Amino acid sequence: MTERAETQSISGEHYNFAYLDEQTKRMIRRAILKGIAIPGYQVPFAAREMPMPYGWGTGGVQVTAAVIGKDDCLKMIDQGSDDTTNAVALRNFFVETTDVNTTTKTKDASIIQTRHRIPEEPLTKEQVLVYQVPIPEPLRFLEPRETETRKMHALEEYGLMHVKLYEDIAKFGHIATAYAYPVMVQDRYVMDPSPTPKFDNPKMNQMEALQLFGAGREKRIYAIPPHTKVVSLDFDDHPFEVTEFEQPCAICGAESVYLDEVILDNGGNRMFVCSDSDFCEERRDAGYVGHPGTNPLEAEGND
Amino acid sequence: MNTQTASSIFSKAPAPGMADPVHDAQSVFRSAMNALAQPGTVQQLDDLTLSPPAPLSVAATALVLTLCDYDTPLWLDPVLAANEAVRNYIRFHTAAPFVVSPAEAAFALVSAPGLLPAIASFSTGTAEYPDRSTTIILMVDELYENAGVTLKGPGIKTGKQFSIAPAPAMFWRQMQDNSRLYPLGVDVILAGTNQVAGLPRSTKITGLEA
Repeated sequence: MTERAETQSISGEHYNFAYLDEQTKRMIRRAILKGIAIPGYQVPFAAREMPMPYGWGTGGVQVTAAVIGKDDCLKMIDQGSDDTTNAVALRNFFVETTDVNTTTKTKDASIIQTRHRIPEEPLTKEQVLVYQVPIPEPLRFLEPRETETRKMHALEEYGLMHVKLYEDIAKFGHIATAYAYPVMVQDRYVMDPSPTPKFDNPKMNQMEALQLFGAGREKRIYAIPPHTKVVSLDFDDHPFEVTEFEQPCAICGAESVYLDEVILDNGGNRMFVCSDSDFCEERRDAGYVGHPGTNPLEAEGND
Repeated sequence: MNTQTASSIFSKAPAPGMADPVHDAQSVFRSAMNALAQPGTVQQLDDLTLSPPAPLSVAATALVLTLCDYDTPLWLDPVLAANEAVRNYIRFHTAAPFVVSPAEAAFALVSAPGLLPAIASFSTGTAEYPDRSTTIILMVDELYENAGVTLKGPGIKTGKQFSIAPAPAMFWRQMQDNSRLYPLGVDVILAGTNQVAGLPRSTKITGLEA
């Protein structure tokens, strides 16, 4: 479903390509190069105010704006879905300011900006995955002072993070962190993978695509180059475990994918469906059906 | 003013920069980004109509115009620093302040591997801020994939053969020393005639040529 904006609106003519001015892009580009050279290390950058509120992905937008070119094909997802508010708003922003092609198909995209999911389809080395990050510092909730967390990263002093995971085990019997699960990048920096579900952590390891992370409010950029070792923190006797679902996707029957819970009625009925809307659509087109036998989206009374 | 003709003024003016500053800079950046993200791969630049003063190559000039501005102190090797045409060109197009001490430089432009000073003379960052380091743009004649030293590390699946020409004996030793400083160190972007390749500090180098 590749589509091109028919006309460029007034705003497109009055702003620079991709909204940011060239000096800002250079500054962001320099930070991206540093981030790539030091995988997992948070590079400070002079994040600009963007025409959207903090929390909407201003960091990811600035990274994408610095990277995107007129021949790129952009996919924008929010919690795996192409058609949720955040994804639609940011996609329109880039269509207006760059006039690039957009797509919902993971494999057609050259840049994928994501809010909190990694597509189910494996990415390739021609692709760039841009994450929107709210709080880039994995140690922030354990140590509020930036001067201290900087020192902890400098000294590789990550004991506190292990204590936090251990406290989970002491309290709940297992590591209860289900998203923003801390990872160790290339045996050096502990990194926040942004609030992606821990289900996605293994995909970060040795990924073919370049991964860039932008935090606008916190003014940090970091990166994972392709083929980089990314290990979820754990203990020998409590190894990292991926979330498992009891049933497959109700719409396409996919197993071993991340599912969203959908409440169906007031009677407590619910179903689980793929969080990755493109992946689910592709499978439906290929003829897969879920266990209810019919597509719940086409059920009676469902417009 | 009236003693000078227009043509004499133009003859002294620096050569033009990028024909399309926005999109040319973007495509050069993408090549540099891919070069550092996949160390040892040779990235071909799009055709750029740049005519920098000798001895600057198109690739090296494109990188300087793409990455440098008034925020980035720039160090030039002694040969370039003595070249008034080069200084004028870079000053006019980027407004980057020239620094005498390589330790103060955000970027260093080096016109041949033999002119590269000791890595320790550049800024290698601090333990808290390893990003506060010099990025070296190093001009070479040729970049070769699939021959030479073996690169390993982030961005490389198993191991990547790579070599440059000219490659003075000291160069790869310097790069090895640099990678031992990790996470401190400098990052090197190699600029061929119209190609770029990256040697970030994270890359481990083995199999030095004899």
